[in-house]
Amino acid sequence: MERTAWEWSFLMKPEEYKERKETVGRWEIHVVSYRLGDEWICTVDNVSPGANVARATGATREEAEKKALDRARDRLASTRVRPA
Amino acid sequence: MSEYADPSVLVSTAWVQEHLSDPNVRVVEVDVDTVAYDHGHLPGAVGWNWQSQLCDTVRRDIIPKKEFEDLMSASGIGENTTVVLYGDNNNWFAAWAFWQLKIYGHKSLTLMNGGRRKWLSEGREMTKEVPKNARTSYKAIEPDLSLRSMMPDVRKALESGSAVLVDVRSPAEFTGEILAPPGLPETCQRGGHVPGAKGIPWGVACNEDGTFKSLDELRKIYGDRGVTGDKPVIAYCRIGERSSLTWFVLKYLLGYQNVRNYDGSWTEWGNLVGVPVERGAGS
Repeated sequence: MERTAWEWSFLMKPEEYKERKETVGRWEIHVVSYRLGDEWICTVDNVSPGANVARATGATREEAEKKALDRARDRLASTRVRPA
Repeated sequence: MSEYADPSVLVSTAWVQEHLSDPNVRVVEVDVDTVAYDHGHLPGAVGWNWQSQLCDTVRRDIIPKKEFEDLMSASGIGENTTVVLYGDNNNWFAAWAFWQLKIYGHKSLTLMNGGRRKWLSEGREMTKEVPKNARTSYKAIEPDLSLRSMMPDVRKALESGSAVLVDVRSPAEFTGEILAPPGLPETCQRGGHVPGAKGIPWGVACNEDGTFKSLDELRKIYGDRGVTGDKPVIAYCRIGERSSLTWFVLKYLLGYQNVRNYDGSWTEWGNLVGVPVERGAGS
């Protein structure tokens, strides 16, 4: 089935997709950021087990990453570690 | 390279791209992060919220049959529609949806290998438009509960050794160092694992790009840890979604006959009074 011109007009491609890993405290995190249309999106997950910790949007990559990383740091800092 | 036991349960991102406008295919996104869909999804994809649409919203349980039929109907899915599920976090909740669709007997069902992350990293097209699909009148079968374990089943397996218990959480959750994934709310009173469970994190089944490892690699990974399919397997995690992914791998990619998902998982076991709990690395 062909798409209509109307349907095509809503399509966007994620651009400048980047992934990296860094460490916050004892936790390794996976940071993904990309641009979709006018919006930059950043997501942060903990590498082990891989759960989403924070997401943010911004007008620039730096803004989206800063907001997401600030949230992620707050949330990760609340993790209580017990002797196993 | 050998082929998965049931290769029909996986499609590539390229296959999905080619079938975005196929009227016999319905693409459904299910994310851990319930707002991810709103910030862009595959063109034509329906979004399901695992917190409100893939569960009983009153008691803790899977989605009731009537609500399931309503969700499928509202999504424009018929009994013969091919449903392609994908999501974030290597398809955690897409696998959770897959498990429930299998419980209710949907026949043509696949995961998009690599999930949302692979689609994004390949720069494939996205949209924020929510599709309007013609409603169907979906009829489900009675739930096939042979795919599910409840707490008494786990207790029986623990006491009799009748099944291999596979804990797919992270090593720090398994040992009891932490009660939830770092940065997430704690949902249990005690840390550790079901005594005798094998700690095999879900992620060992995946490549760096989010796709599943090959059959030969999977066979070695699980076989080396004593999960060979010659005994029934019960997989669990914290709330049942990560273990859905491992259930999918063991049942459909490796072809083990008797694999169940214990969706009560550690949020149930770690809150029970008087059940045995083991801490540390285990035996």
